[in-house]
Amino acid sequence: MAETLQNLLLGFSTALSLANIFYAFAGCLIGTMVGVLPGVGPLAGISLLLPTTFGLEPTGGLILLCGVYYGAMYGGSTTSILMRIPGEAASVMTCIDGYAMAQKGRAGPALSIAAIGSYVAGTLSVVGLMFLAPPLARFALRFGPPEFFSLLVLGLLVLGYMTGGSIVKNLAMIILGLLFGMIGIDHMTGYFRFSYGVVALGDGIGVVPVAVGLFGIAEILATAGNPVRPEVLKPKLKVLLPSGQELRESVFPIGRGTLLGFFIGIIPGSAHIISTFVAYAVERRVSRHPERFGKGAIEGVAGPESANNAASCGALVPMLALGVPTGPIPAVLLAALMVHGISPGPLFIKEQPGIFWGLIASMYVGNVVLLLLNLPLVGIFVNFLRIPYRVLYPTILMFCVVGVYAVNSSFVDVGIMSAMGLIGYVLRKFDFETAPIVLGVVLASIFEMSLRQSLAMSNGKYAIFFQRPISAAFLGGALILIVIALLPLIRKGIDYGWRRELTEAEKGK
Amino acid sequence: MAIDRISGIALLILSIFVAVETRVLPLGDHSSPGPGYLPLLLASILAVLSVVLIVRTKGSPLWKSVQWKEKFHALAIISCCFLATFCVEPLGYRITMILILGFLFGVLERMKIWWVLVLAFGLSWVSFWVFDTLLRVPLPRGGLGI
Repeated sequence: MAETLQNLLLGFSTALSLANIFYAFAGCLIGTMVGVLPGVGPLAGISLLLPTTFGLEPTGGLILLCGVYYGAMYGGSTTSILMRIPGEAASVMTCIDGYAMAQKGRAGPALSIAAIGSYVAGTLSVVGLMFLAPPLARFALRFGPPEFFSLLVLGLLVLGYMTGGSIVKNLAMIILGLLFGMIGIDHMTGYFRFSYGVVALGDGIGVVPVAVGLFGIAEILATAGNPVRPEVLKPKLKVLLPSGQELRESVFPIGRGTLLGFFIGIIPGSAHIISTFVAYAVERRVSRHPERFGKGAIEGVAGPESANNAASCGALVPMLALGVPTGPIPAVLLAALMVHGISPGPLFIKEQPGIFWGLIASMYVGNVVLLLLNLPLVGIFVNFLRIPYRVLYPTILMFCVVGVYAVNSSFVDVGIMSAMGLIGYVLRKFDFETAPIVLGVVLASIFEMSLRQSLAMSNGKYAIFFQRPISAAFLGGALILIVIALLPLIRKGIDYGWRRELTEAEKGK
Repeated sequence: MAIDRISGIALLILSIFVAVETRVLPLGDHSSPGPGYLPLLLASILAVLSVVLIVRTKGSPLWKSVQWKEKFHALAIISCCFLATFCVEPLGYRITMILILGFLFGVLERMKIWWVLVLAFGLSWVSFWVFDTLLRVPLPRGGLGI
């Protein structure tokens, strides 16, 4: 405990430097804008900003990107409440009661509770991250290649199951991502694979062009030409404060949302989206007046909003402690660290305490910045929605091109982005989720390395994965998951309603 | 035909293509897997999943039901992306962006000419200044040095 506090003090000494406060502020500001604008999700926002962090110190760069991440998580709620348009998929549940409150003239309190809930959840889940990540990293020091391989198998299967839509399609997308990740020089033998004489492909295909293509360009392709221009409600500052009763009614939903969000966030997959569904369902279940839900119940805003911010913090636990990202956003954050020559994993917290604890402390700072920024400036943020989409999408396209080019100063990356945009667009039409591809690309090299090292260790015997207890436990978990996934095929009529709802939400974002 | 069947066929073709391509890579053996080992393993799993998609089409929407109403916009935009890929180095960042933004604002979105000029020149110059000058990310200037 004393050691943790001492480390936290070290972190605050880093985070409270003028430059890092500025990065936290800039990240939250940009993130909120990204969250407000439909079609520009946190993933595309972080990917586009990645090149701008190359000239910064690693701590400053990571603080900026994390600010964008949780800023976007909050920003998405603004459009949900004021326009019934989720800025990103995790804000879908906020639309229901948030917009109903806005129609009753209570947009201000809905926005305030979303901000307060996000602040409380963000701050408390940083405490969870602070206490959970270091022991997890110490435990992971016992991992060898077989344990890492089994963990990755389990993680990818959980991702396939927890992402909405068909499990078979999700698994196919994971495999596709892993195959994309095989392109380039084989690190163990030096062979060129699938590069067809293009020297620039020797280093493989980067996560940034893949993420920007699949999420940024594909979104533009799917939505361009859409003439929709919805009405924008603009709340006044004086009606922002919630009443005493609304505050009292929100206390427990915020607490429950925080706990649920944090623990669901650690699970691979669309955790931040799932957490909002679970939080909303729990609130409706425990409410004495469930009939108010859908008609402007403040608990229906407080629970999901707290859950999605807590989940974004929870998602950082395995990324920082194990070096294993659980979703595409932590994967891009991982890529950001790797650009600066830092490899997160079990030794990261021990070897780079300044960066880890600086990041933790900056999250506390960022949450305060987010609260101070969002309430007074909500009227300004909603003005972004007045920019016509026909002006917006060419501008976003330009930033996609410049952002991707800047990573390696390579036109091949722009070509990869374009190809991924086209693939993403077609895959969307065919009801495929594209997030598993990004994760496959990121994990491909560690996946292959740990498999080949394990087989070399065991002289070609696959039994090594079952003989070592930790590895066997992970594979046992994977087996249970496969059985659960196959159950609906065997026993018809099982209600997997939450997966259907998740799929619908992701389609409707 | 159901879209799952079409996508299953496409993925099956891809898996066969990958399997064929790995012929040129050493496979190694179980105790010392070569660079072709995992791609072949993944291609095999992908082939199995493709067959599941082809066979099990219950609940899958039909090809006819897929809406492509934005296809001309999408085609024009993706062409601009590929244009950027091939022109950004020989023409330079700013000229390429002026051409692309001019096309998108002027031809595709039919905005007034002076708006097109202001936005195309303004955005390309401002973004160049932000990335190249302010953030020191070198952007290509092309043969004309612009």
